[in-house]
Amino acid sequence: MTTGTMNVEVRPISARAAAIAITGDVTSASEAPLMDAYARATADGAKVVILDLGGLDYMNSGGIGLLVTLLVRVQREGRRLMAIGLSDHYRQILALTRLDEAIGIHDTEAEALAAAGL
Amino acid sequence: MTNTEDSRDANWSKPVDRLTMGAVPTEAINLNVTGKRLSGPLQGFGQLWQKTYRIRLEGADVAPDQVVAVWKREFGSFWPKGARFYAPFAEIAPGEVGLINQDVGGRQVLSTGVLVIYADDVSFTFMTPEGHVFAALLTFSAEADRGVTVVQVQALLRASDPLYEAMIMMGGHGKENRHWQATLTNLAARFGATGEATVSQVCIDRKRQWRNASNIRDNAAIRSGFYRMAHPRLWFRRSPSV
Repeated sequence: MTTGTMNVEVRPISARAAAIAITGDVTSASEAPLMDAYARATADGAKVVILDLGGLDYMNSGGIGLLVTLLVRVQREGRRLMAIGLSDHYRQILALTRLDEAIGIHDTEAEALAAAGL
Repeated sequence: MTNTEDSRDANWSKPVDRLTMGAVPTEAINLNVTGKRLSGPLQGFGQLWQKTYRIRLEGADVAPDQVVAVWKREFGSFWPKGARFYAPFAEIAPGEVGLINQDVGGRQVLSTGVLVIYADDVSFTFMTPEGHVFAALLTFSAEADRGVTVVQVQALLRASDPLYEAMIMMGGHGKENRHWQATLTNLAARFGATGEATVSQVCIDRKRQWRNASNIRDNAAIRSGFYRMAHPRLWFRRSPSV
């Protein structure tokens, strides 16, 4: 699904984990496709959702707000949100906004799964 | 590094561990900013709200980027009486820290601040420090809609601690709403537009984050109150006005 300049692909990893690969720009306009991707990623019961941001071109402050609301939903449903593929710049942005205290950030999918005990 | 660098990356503030407040006028009460960490919705205590305030600049021939350029330069001038925004900088820009003095009644002034974490041509975003009433992200923006420029303030916020949550439940929401509605009305008037700002609010998370109840140790209202008690020269000072 493509909305604006963002593209998302949902990929099951196992019975307990799924990945959402995001490419392009993440802004507040990305809410519907991202939430839809999350719903599809967890439809079969995945407890860990990994955002693959290796293809992220740009995220504005609306995108950060979107991550906050996604994270709240994830936590409310008893799941874990992790992120991989972040550039140094976006690692800094997640640190600045203190999202890194709740989103597990790792270099690779294997590291994220290991950190989640999967 | 897996992503390519983008010139738009400069729209973001550099990493900030603890805030530093620049020079402000002597009449300002400069408390609860320097040395504080940022505190967003994840670090707050109360229910999580998304509030959106909007006004259409009907009849004003002005583009969204022109509105935001003026808003960045004259941000505090649009605030209603009772609140002051001290900006030790020429205009809103990433990494800048602003000081807020807010009248909270009974000649009490709450001193706190914000960091500009993001700014581009049509928007800018503040994040609040520890001790602020809200643990929040506030985004100010303008966009074109059917030939009319629409200006918006969107806040994603939780009360920072249990005391603030009680205050918000007992009228604080209304006060916050009136502040931003008045701000938008004043901004619209700057461009010759009239109209009424609308507000919509959605509770995104009804749960309170009790693990963050200890945030009350940084409560800027309590600290501002103690500061005033210790400084008699402030006892008879008038409330902030614009």
